[in-house]
Amino acid sequence: MSAPDEARQAPPVSARQLARRRRALAWRTNWRLFRRQRSGVVGLGILVVFLLTAVFAPLLAAPETIEVTQATGGVLEPPSSEFWLGTDDAGRSVLALCIWGARISLLVGLLATAISMVIGTLVGLTSGFFEGWVARVLYRLTEWVLVIPFLVLAIVLAAVLGRSLFTIVLVIGVTSWPSTALLIRSQTLSVKERPYLERAKALGAGRWHQMTRHVLPNVMPMVFANTTLTVSIAILTETTLSFLGLGDPTRVSWGSLLEDAFEVGAMTTGAWWYIIPPGVCVVLVVLAFNLVGQALEDLFNPRLREG
Amino acid sequence: MTTLITEAASPPVARSRSYGRYLGVKVLGALGSLFFVLVVNFFLFRVLPGDPARTLGRGRFRTPEQLEEFKRTYGLDQGLWEQFLTFLKNTLTGELGTSLRYRVPVADLIADRFWPTLLLVGTSTVLASVIGIYLGILSGWNRGKRIDKASTGTTLTLYSMPEWWLGLLLIAALAVGFGPIPGIFPTGGLHSTDVEPGTIAYVMDTGWHLTLPVITLTLAYLADYSLSMRSSLIDELGEDYLTTARAKGLRDVVVRRKHAVRNALLPTTTVAALSLGAILGGAITVETVFSIPGLGLLSSEALALPDYWVLQGTFLISSATVIFANLLVNVVYGLLDPRVRT
Repeated sequence: MSAPDEARQAPPVSARQLARRRRALAWRTNWRLFRRQRSGVVGLGILVVFLLTAVFAPLLAAPETIEVTQATGGVLEPPSSEFWLGTDDAGRSVLALCIWGARISLLVGLLATAISMVIGTLVGLTSGFFEGWVARVLYRLTEWVLVIPFLVLAIVLAAVLGRSLFTIVLVIGVTSWPSTALLIRSQTLSVKERPYLERAKALGAGRWHQMTRHVLPNVMPMVFANTTLTVSIAILTETTLSFLGLGDPTRVSWGSLLEDAFEVGAMTTGAWWYIIPPGVCVVLVVLAFNLVGQALEDLFNPRLREG
Repeated sequence: MTTLITEAASPPVARSRSYGRYLGVKVLGALGSLFFVLVVNFFLFRVLPGDPARTLGRGRFRTPEQLEEFKRTYGLDQGLWEQFLTFLKNTLTGELGTSLRYRVPVADLIADRFWPTLLLVGTSTVLASVIGIYLGILSGWNRGKRIDKASTGTTLTLYSMPEWWLGLLLIAALAVGFGPIPGIFPTGGLHSTDVEPGTIAYVMDTGWHLTLPVITLTLAYLADYSLSMRSSLIDELGEDYLTTARAKGLRDVVVRRKHAVRNALLPTTTVAALSLGAILGGAITVETVFSIPGLGLLSSEALALPDYWVLQGTFLISSATVIFANLLVNVVYGLLDPRVRT
């Protein structure tokens, strides 16, 4: 009868609590290491600014300012105190268009990346963890898709499936997973050889337990780093597909703005304010995702860590 | 050179067998990729649209007889499996259909447009890989120093640009001219109209027209090479053989060139092969922006109609080219690095 008394004096820490504490500590350590990398912090800062812009777009620019029918400016007016970044060929403020464009560009980038990560992680984990023909077929499939020129495949898919927000997300998602899958697979293979997995197996852990409790948590950091890099590719692809006229015609994104600018010949008429701002937005966001992704990769891959 | 010596020392029979096996796996892989492309083409253009005769034939048939004739030629009246076999046979014999826009066989159209793209993509790939690898060595060796930060920052920024946007900026700055500064390069096209084909002037003129597009693609894809070279060199930097080389008293330059770079180059080779596909994708928009009559412009024009026959053909040809180039790189890679032949 002494066990409950002891428990009252020093409450036992359950395995779950221990895990939670350990995780919190890991987060803090990682955040401290991340903050040391200046480029990663700068990237994160840019991302926060753009995310806030996208979320609060209706507050920054009234929705009707991007309606063609309610445009107040002249055709391709240069920047002025009223239109800080000039107007487009329909007389709309380019600044307002860029603010609203952030919504679609970021939304497409994030949703497409989510699809790509789910497929890539599933395929990578399965082909790395299991042995047998399913794993082998998945691995071969990954290699086959990897070699096919990604953008060409995306264009053909988008052309057949039609132009909508949903299509463009789907197309980018289902074409960009192979590199993720290969990365996850190689990580899984290396985790599989570690002694703690041997121990878990000896203690009678089932495959599901091994996969969810041991392999996945150890592969996750790389997935995380890879995700940010994939978002940058997804946003670039959205821009390019929109430029080729494959974007959703009813919505404004940075890519569709640039397509329109190209169509009206803004480059040859000297309307630089219509070409440069949307492009700079794309470069800033893509670069920011790349910087954060690189910083995370450095963080999780000790071989690359400096010092 | 060390790899060659160890290779010569190992028994020749075993070596040829293992290389043969490696080769076999790679060839099978390439055929698998090609087959996958064919399956995608088949499903995308024949099964997915519901009524392939309508999408592939679009307004070409005045009478029901013509429609029947069309269905017979492409096997659209058969079951799915027979259709696939007919499709395979047609593709393998070079029967890729007729362009809806140009009213000529797609195979002829592609043969016509293949060379400008090859010239553009080939030149850009060579330039991007040479300059990129050089920059990668420079940054990897001077890791964390100012030159590394400048080089990585620049290539990463260029990499984050849509390549066609970079092209547009270059057109504005160097072809159209900005303010009082006149443009020096042509804004687009592959040739001037007044130059006689086959002369030296013609070649020079083509080069002049290709300068800006090549610069665009090269700059946009530098990072593919420089970043992978940088990280594989950094991976090598911790190795013992470099310490040994330095302990022997070799100069820094020699250690870098003869030891570190040689080993770091190998993984970069495979990355380079995969980048070819990306550069080819980039050619679609860059050719559009610079109006170069290659496969890229052909594809982007085909999107407007949409001209499914042309899209299907260009997808097949560009994928096949990249798959073949990858196979070639892997074959050479196997010769250079015996470790991969397992």
